[in-house]
Amino acid sequence: MVDNIIKLLEKYEPNKEKQPFLWALYDGFHTFLFAPNHVTKAGVHIRDNMDLKRTMIHVVLMLQLCYLFGTYNIGHQHFLALGEYTGFLEGAHLKLMYGLWQLLPIFVVTHVVALGIEFYYASKKGHSIEEGILVSAALIPLIMPPDLPLWILAIGVAFAVIIGKEAFGGTGMNIWNVALLSRVFIFFAYPTEISGDEVWVAGLESTFAGSAVEYGWVHLTLFNGLFGWLGLAQFDPGLTVIDGFTGATPLALAFAGGWDAVTEVYSQSQMLWGAIPGSIGETSKPLILIGAIGLAMLKIASWRIMLGMVLGTVFTGMLLNFWGATPFMTVPWYHHIYIGSFLFAMAFMATDPVTAASTNRGKWIYGFLIGFFGMIIRILNPAYPEGWMLAILLMNTFSPLIDHLVLRKNIQKRLASA
Amino acid sequence: MLMKQKTSKSFSIFSTLMLLLLFLPSNVLAQSSAGSPDFIMSMVVATVIIVFGAIIFVTDSLLQLEGKRQLEGKDVKVDASLFPKNLNGNAADLPSYIPKDRYFKLRRGFDINLEGKPEEKIIDAPQVTRYSVSPMDFYGIAPIPKIVPEEGDAVLAGDELFFDKRNPEIKFVAPVSGEFIGLERAEKRAVKEVMILADKEIKFRELPHLDINVAERADIVDFLKKYGGWVHLRQRPFDSIPNPEDVPRDVFISTFDTAPLAPNLNFATHGEEAAFQAGIDMLNKLTDGTVFLGLDGRAKEVPSPVFTNAKNVEPYWFKGKHPAGNVGVQIHHIKPIKKGDTVWYLHPHDVIVLGRMLTERRYNTERLVALTGAEIKPNVYAMVRPGANMGELLSAVQFQEENVRLVSGDVLTGKKKSRDGFLGFFEDQVTVLLEGDYYEPFGWLLPQEVRPSISPTFPGFIFPDMEFRADTNAHGERRAFVVTGQYEEVLPMDIYPQHLMKAIITNDFERMEGLGIYEMSEEDIALCEFVCTSKMPLQQILREGLEIVNE
Repeated sequence: MVDNIIKLLEKYEPNKEKQPFLWALYDGFHTFLFAPNHVTKAGVHIRDNMDLKRTMIHVVLMLQLCYLFGTYNIGHQHFLALGEYTGFLEGAHLKLMYGLWQLLPIFVVTHVVALGIEFYYASKKGHSIEEGILVSAALIPLIMPPDLPLWILAIGVAFAVIIGKEAFGGTGMNIWNVALLSRVFIFFAYPTEISGDEVWVAGLESTFAGSAVEYGWVHLTLFNGLFGWLGLAQFDPGLTVIDGFTGATPLALAFAGGWDAVTEVYSQSQMLWGAIPGSIGETSKPLILIGAIGLAMLKIASWRIMLGMVLGTVFTGMLLNFWGATPFMTVPWYHHIYIGSFLFAMAFMATDPVTAASTNRGKWIYGFLIGFFGMIIRILNPAYPEGWMLAILLMNTFSPLIDHLVLRKNIQKRLASA
Repeated sequence: MLMKQKTSKSFSIFSTLMLLLLFLPSNVLAQSSAGSPDFIMSMVVATVIIVFGAIIFVTDSLLQLEGKRQLEGKDVKVDASLFPKNLNGNAADLPSYIPKDRYFKLRRGFDINLEGKPEEKIIDAPQVTRYSVSPMDFYGIAPIPKIVPEEGDAVLAGDELFFDKRNPEIKFVAPVSGEFIGLERAEKRAVKEVMILADKEIKFRELPHLDINVAERADIVDFLKKYGGWVHLRQRPFDSIPNPEDVPRDVFISTFDTAPLAPNLNFATHGEEAAFQAGIDMLNKLTDGTVFLGLDGRAKEVPSPVFTNAKNVEPYWFKGKHPAGNVGVQIHHIKPIKKGDTVWYLHPHDVIVLGRMLTERRYNTERLVALTGAEIKPNVYAMVRPGANMGELLSAVQFQEENVRLVSGDVLTGKKKSRDGFLGFFEDQVTVLLEGDYYEPFGWLLPQEVRPSISPTFPGFIFPDMEFRADTNAHGERRAFVVTGQYEEVLPMDIYPQHLMKAIITNDFERMEGLGIYEMSEEDIALCEFVCTSKMPLQQILREGLEIVNE
């Protein structure tokens, strides 16, 4: 069976010299279906079953819960703004389909752009497809606001993959986290599209009371036709945004008015479980924690970085509590753990092994400093009340320096005893 | 005493839980008044945790009481607690034969638990007719040495076969008597094998008497160089044949092997007390420093008296997973190699060969070689000499599979051989394993069998005693360095292997030295190569680095 499929595949193998792009596609597909028959040559005769494909797929698997919740939450936030189906499970089919229809284009555009560029560079340089791009492409939709225009997304992804990764030589060589680079590109190039209160809820003209919803043919004809046939509730194009709705994230509220301003709008359990506006994948803390613990236990992500980051955040949070000059500074440090995207950044962004510090001691320092700078930027930055993206990119830049210092200590110890 | 420790341990877990409880609701209380849903929720969680903690605490205590009752009056140590502590885990539980002040416990490492471990049985020596000495088994000699006998000449065991033109006094001698039947050459006419058709009865060249107690160092050096003993010495750094002008700082001997399917040296050196001691005495004359002995501190069995009763040595005990038995790791912990240092190391079998040159007055390399691997049955020991023909050596056992790879040595550092190939000069092990030249559907996601791995993404780690039948499939393609920290996990040395590798790749001479390349050898990095997610050829890279710094 396996042999026959292999033979069939080999019949259609494109010429690597003449059709490099097709060959890269073919090779990627082939190694995806079948672990290759390479045997060890020099050196060790047996190899661990672990390879980069398996490492990467585990990160993607750990993200799936965030995807599931994120999809649903897009729909949930949409209907909250309209004042319909305010219970979390009410109108579940509408919320799910709405979220799916919002998320799928983001997901597809990200993957087409990222994989297209990776395939192109793989064929140009003659190496096989590197799996790291799949993780980046799986992470990018989760850190984007749900209402982001797709063309901006495409430009952001292309920038991150070409300038942030391929320009440095591909997987394993990049200095900055590719997913965050796409986010930071959009953040600085199109600031109005990714900040403010309006971007976190999808499908509204604006967040002011009375503005109309934006439903398309798919919602009104396809989905409504389907739901009507099934006898379920349908999308109502006549709904408008209710009075008193704010699309503001807890961080924006906390920045303006401290912890009381936050709890006026969102309850603690709402923020913990994630039924709040925000980037697609970062709202539900328990599901992110499952991913984080899973990655740490499977030894795919470094628990040192995660723990270091928690310590850094707690330490800085306490420090700023003590200072307490602005309303945001007075928000108790333990609330900072679950408002905003701290946990998502900790589990999936800071732990990227390529851009993080690579020595064990360095990982502690790296994690701690991300926590420190992340809190400083989150609380003291007047323009934008979130800091992990910038803190992680900052520490990505300095992680070689941290490693250098750790290694220098090792070298000096060796030389001193000589 | 033991029980008291256990109780306190589970109590500490319990009290941690309690502390957590005090802490958890206090956050909530700070924000919400009693009666709010959050408060009730946290009280529920707190109750659940208390109940669970109490159940665990009571169960643990009861189990320990029951264990204590059943073992009343018996001299057995069993940990009945829910959280069993490794009984040999700390120095307090060391067996009495291991002195605490000479004991190293290495936490990092990994034992690759393969099928096909050698039983402690010796089969009748298979009739091996062809032997060879391969210049390629030695580092630091020219690829085309000067061959001494003519083709067809008869040689005795211990007669000169060839020498390196740069060091003509160091002789490589015949392991057996018989007829010199010629060379096998590799690329660029490099000599691969120097072959002898062996006699049925081995005839030895008689060596002159050397009284080790009165001999000068120079006499011993000349004796060894002339009669073939010198090439059994290996030098760190570089693993090369030592330069006769150098006096080594120290000499190191590791008396146990932790590599996969490794032979049990306690068994394989049985009854060689006299020869081993003679070898040690000779080494003591050759160094101004100390002869260090690395002993097996894993407390599975008491090391052989050959090692424990050796005199004029400094013993150190090592406990740990592979590579704790590697001499390089032991040197790192006993007395690290610094820049400019030269130390020597020998395999115990080579010490015995040197000793026999004094006690038997002949060059006798006979040793017990373990025939290991799941693809041959039975897995036993055979008394042969290094350089034996692999096909003939393995004629004594049954092959279970056709498509196999023969390895002279262990699966991490051994060399691939054909049936016409020969056992390596320093080897005491043959491994036969399955060739892995197959395609596996979705092998990267759902492998069809359990394979050895350090990754907890495979269920193998749940069953630490499980034996694996490994094959030579690379399980993936080569990639750039991505994953960090996994080499460190299996290398019990204060070295950053990944950064060292990068320094070698970028040809950064000073960094290589600083990061400790002099302390490393291929066998020490081999386990890192096994675990490498990016399938990097680390042993090859390290050897290139060693050659760069050697120049």
